[in-house]
Amino acid sequence: MKYVDEYRREEDAQRFLALIRDRVTRPWTLMEICGGQTHTLVKFGIDRMLPEEISLVHGPGCPVCVTPLEMIDRAVAIAGRPGVIFTSFGDMLRVPGSESDLLGVKARGGDVRIVYSPLDAVTLAQRNPDREVVFFAVGFETTAPANAMAVWRAHQLGLENFSMLVSHVLVPPAMEAILGAPDNRVQAFLAAGHVCAVMGYWEYEPLAEKYEVPMVVTGFEPLDLLQGIHMAVEMLEEGRWGVANQYARAVEREGNQPAQELVGRVFEVSDRMWRGIGEIPTSGLRIRDEFRALDALERYGVAGVTAEEPSECIAGSILRGLCKPSDCTAFGTKCTPETPLGAPMVSSEGACAAYYHYAGT
Amino acid sequence: MCLGVPGRVVEIHESPIGMPMGRVSFSGITKEVCLAYTPDVEVDEWVVVHVGFAISKIDEDEAHRVFDFLEEMNELDEIHIPQPELTVPDAPPPPGSPAARRSPDAGGTS
Repeated sequence: MKYVDEYRREEDAQRFLALIRDRVTRPWTLMEICGGQTHTLVKFGIDRMLPEEISLVHGPGCPVCVTPLEMIDRAVAIAGRPGVIFTSFGDMLRVPGSESDLLGVKARGGDVRIVYSPLDAVTLAQRNPDREVVFFAVGFETTAPANAMAVWRAHQLGLENFSMLVSHVLVPPAMEAILGAPDNRVQAFLAAGHVCAVMGYWEYEPLAEKYEVPMVVTGFEPLDLLQGIHMAVEMLEEGRWGVANQYARAVEREGNQPAQELVGRVFEVSDRMWRGIGEIPTSGLRIRDEFRALDALERYGVAGVTAEEPSECIAGSILRGLCKPSDCTAFGTKCTPETPLGAPMVSSEGACAAYYHYAGT
Repeated sequence: MCLGVPGRVVEIHESPIGMPMGRVSFSGITKEVCLAYTPDVEVDEWVVVHVGFAISKIDEDEAHRVFDFLEEMNELDEIHIPQPELTVPDAPPPPGSPAARRSPDAGGTS
């Protein structure tokens, strides 16, 4: 097995579609949380092949998309300082801030570099003792263990020229915010497979109970999504709720213990602003006091930077599953991947980018 | 950002600073991956890699379950006796048809 190709076989996909079609008897609204899942659904046309009764709405599962405007402004401010090497995952470079983006800083001579892993940023700090290296830590729980390890290593090595600008977000509080909203239409969730590989899915059980919704931990390949949808539809049709695990080859209920331990040692839960949604309590992570010296917010005094969201971009409604990208008047015209108005058009996991690339305008 | 790619562990070593590292192959392309979070992984086993870290070991038996389920569905189909197409709306599905049959395996709470 190669664990990728097998999960893309056309005839198996058709089989699952037939099973879903046979099972569904009335309209249901499902939400997938993770941007990677959104992309698979749109790229392989799964959303268009499902029976009409099934409505798939896309959730705020793109950490780049939900990074608040002021955090981009803080990154731009730090990256523009002389002597700083500002490192980031590639996605973040073109997310628009209030005045500029990181790519703009680079174009004006700032040392902005794309890295594959946060450990690469630590290595850069070791090799450039006369420069200050900052890593822009954006992500869900999936990425927190990697970022925790980077902070831990830098601390162990006694590096004084490394810091991290943290903008981590957590999934369960976002799901609760969606389920608890008065205009909520979501009746079942496809939970993010790799977030759950790290955190497990025991945290979702009380949520599923409280709101009486099925939640299916789902992978990222077409067959994973189709099976996840089939499992959710089964539960909906039978009036059952709770958490089921489609992605059992990579996810256990308790998740990855060593990863959770280090994340807990380096980070603590905090309130967090979500771009387009607003503040969700206890929905983010910040660096613990013990490691303050490695917190870029402290080091560069940018914690006070605030920003106003422009009104034209409807990213907030899209991220909460209330609108589709095609509902936006700027979609494909004023707002394109080359000239994005908001983050979901920039990010490789953004719903707007997915629609633009795979579903036409 | 949740992009995790399956790869096969081809080598395990310790980095000069004592961190468990490995070389993981993704269809022939190998990359250096931190194995600190999958401490019991062995060579030739598969892991899900995210931003240079193995975050989970892939369970081969579980991996086959998607296909076992489909095979089971196919087998049930073979003993199904085809019924004539119903054109009456709201008629109950014929016994033994896919619509009447319930899947035995999927959709539990574990």
